[in-house]
Amino acid sequence: MADQVSAREAIEGPIPTLDPAEALARAREGKGYWKRVWESLKDDKVTIVVAIVLLLIFLAAIFAPLIATHDPSKGSIIGRLKGFGYKDHLLGTDETGRDMFSRLVFGARLSLISGVLPVIFALLIGGSLGIAAGYLRGRVNTVIMRSMDVLYAFPSILLAIAICGILGSGLENTLLALTITFIPPIVRVSETVTVQVRSLDFVDAARTSGASSASIMCRHVLNNVLGQILVYTTSLVSLSIILAAGLSFLGLGVTPPDAEWGLMLNNLRQAIWVNPTIAALPGVAIFITSMSFNLLSDGLRQAMDIRL
Amino acid sequence: MTTPTQPAPTTAARAPLMTVADLRKHFPIKRNLLGRTLSAVQAVDDISFQVIKGETLGIVGESGCGKSTTARLLMRLIEPDAGVVTFDGNTVGGAHGVGVRDLYRDVQMVFQDSYASLNPRMPISMSIAYGPLSQGMNRKAAMAVAVKLLEQVGLNPVLYANRYPHELSGGQKQRVNIARALALRPRLVILDEAVSALDKSIEAQILNLLIDLKQEYDLTYVFISHDLNVIRFISDRVMVMYLGHIVEVGRVEDIYARPEHPYTKALLAAMPSMDPRKRTETAPITGDPPNPIDPPPGCRFRTRCPHAAQICEDRTPSLNDGAATGEGHLVACHMRDRRSGHPEARSSGASQ
Repeated sequence: MADQVSAREAIEGPIPTLDPAEALARAREGKGYWKRVWESLKDDKVTIVVAIVLLLIFLAAIFAPLIATHDPSKGSIIGRLKGFGYKDHLLGTDETGRDMFSRLVFGARLSLISGVLPVIFALLIGGSLGIAAGYLRGRVNTVIMRSMDVLYAFPSILLAIAICGILGSGLENTLLALTITFIPPIVRVSETVTVQVRSLDFVDAARTSGASSASIMCRHVLNNVLGQILVYTTSLVSLSIILAAGLSFLGLGVTPPDAEWGLMLNNLRQAIWVNPTIAALPGVAIFITSMSFNLLSDGLRQAMDIRL
Repeated sequence: MTTPTQPAPTTAARAPLMTVADLRKHFPIKRNLLGRTLSAVQAVDDISFQVIKGETLGIVGESGCGKSTTARLLMRLIEPDAGVVTFDGNTVGGAHGVGVRDLYRDVQMVFQDSYASLNPRMPISMSIAYGPLSQGMNRKAAMAVAVKLLEQVGLNPVLYANRYPHELSGGQKQRVNIARALALRPRLVILDEAVSALDKSIEAQILNLLIDLKQEYDLTYVFISHDLNVIRFISDRVMVMYLGHIVEVGRVEDIYARPEHPYTKALLAAMPSMDPRKRTETAPITGDPPNPIDPPPGCRFRTRCPHAAQICEDRTPSLNDGAATGEGHLVACHMRDRRSGHPEARSSGASQ
């Protein structure tokens, strides 16, 4: 404790130019990495447009009951597979006469949930595991990375199908299956970037301050690896939407009365010769959303690739 | 570069601050199935030396001789395979020794790469304050330490406190690194090639800053460099390393005026002369140092030594074998030990 006292003695000397509280405030408002990322993003028109599109889809999903023109599960025996603008059905009707527009809007809810939530869970779990494996090295690394290799041995879609097949269908099981599917690649990416950062001198410098491993991982490693992990994770969202749609398509995901894009695509595929435009609509929705996430990920990659 | 201006430590104040005994680090590169090491890079091989309180100990040697490994071993950034490091009378590490965390209150390090040793995502004032924060100081007090240190290393806090490393020049970054090392008020600072990456003019500024700070904070330096001029300028004592061994230790004036070990002689002869009439005509030593994975038995320098004899292969010369020409001047060479049996062995005190 003697050193703390002497360090405090150090501050008793005159500080002619800058008050420490102000220095703290200034250090916080300094033009940091994320500010630069935002500045670079602002000028990237494609990314901005894509972000707006995604925002609209999210808003539509959240406010689905307000936007939907019809009850998404109310069918009609007469008005089945009708084209755009039939009666007051903006985008026509599906094979049981339910309003396509309303179903797409409600379907966005489940599709986005199954696209985003597994990736967020996998980011939290996989990111922590990967950073721990990369920073702590040794046995911890071996245990974590070899377990991931076991999961890696299965192709991702096969793994998701297998887990869903064991657990049964349903939204929760889909989310769980997708989360488990996405953990290994996220662990691998975060471990790789952490190992790179770990070898830099500033981590050693932080170690020589006597800080704990947890503190160094949070204050020094995390902010240097987060950008790269986030970029990779964003690209997984589109994959997750497609995988979730695929699971529903196979009957392993969301169960029939609920609207979900993959499930809708599955049901409408029989109608592809009757009314192909209607049958393609859920596919178009999946395409636009996953494409937007991919483009967003590309934009982020460019914006975050700032050589500091 | 001028000759050293700081006074050499007096004989009375020769208490060792850090004592290193038989420190060894072999990096394994090949293991068998059972995890037993088959071959290893012998980066540091049983070296022993002392750092005297208040002095600047210069460590010099060519690339790969184990200088930086020694620095990292002293800082416990890598664990030694064998050997004991004692700081101020307390053994570092081990069951009864002082903990590494406590060691860091007294010993700090400045790294070679001024850019890589600062977190690029952190304002420099935060990087400096991180040490005191980690040792339990509150944010405001830690920031005050950072502000004061920034000023002391010659960076105006008003302008620089909120800057990020990429907004600074190499010299400024190294100033920040020095401030960061001093934030915990250490007694010993290890400078690992701290000025090697800087321009000559900046290098001189940083060296002068280091000398000023040393007086102000009553510091002891271990200064590692491959630059003989820099070592001569800043050191009180010099330790010459070759392939993981210490070949010669002594006061800076003894080493530069009367080098005893053939390797030290060769190093000094390779220094470019300022006098055009005394051009270096031939390369004093040729070839590369042997592979540290499989170093030659006996004296490690014998493969390049013009005086190599049979005894050099049979027996490794120890530092104490060398006959001293000055106070604390130790040489690891059979030629400086009359009883070694080397044909060119000469008696104590002889010089060429």
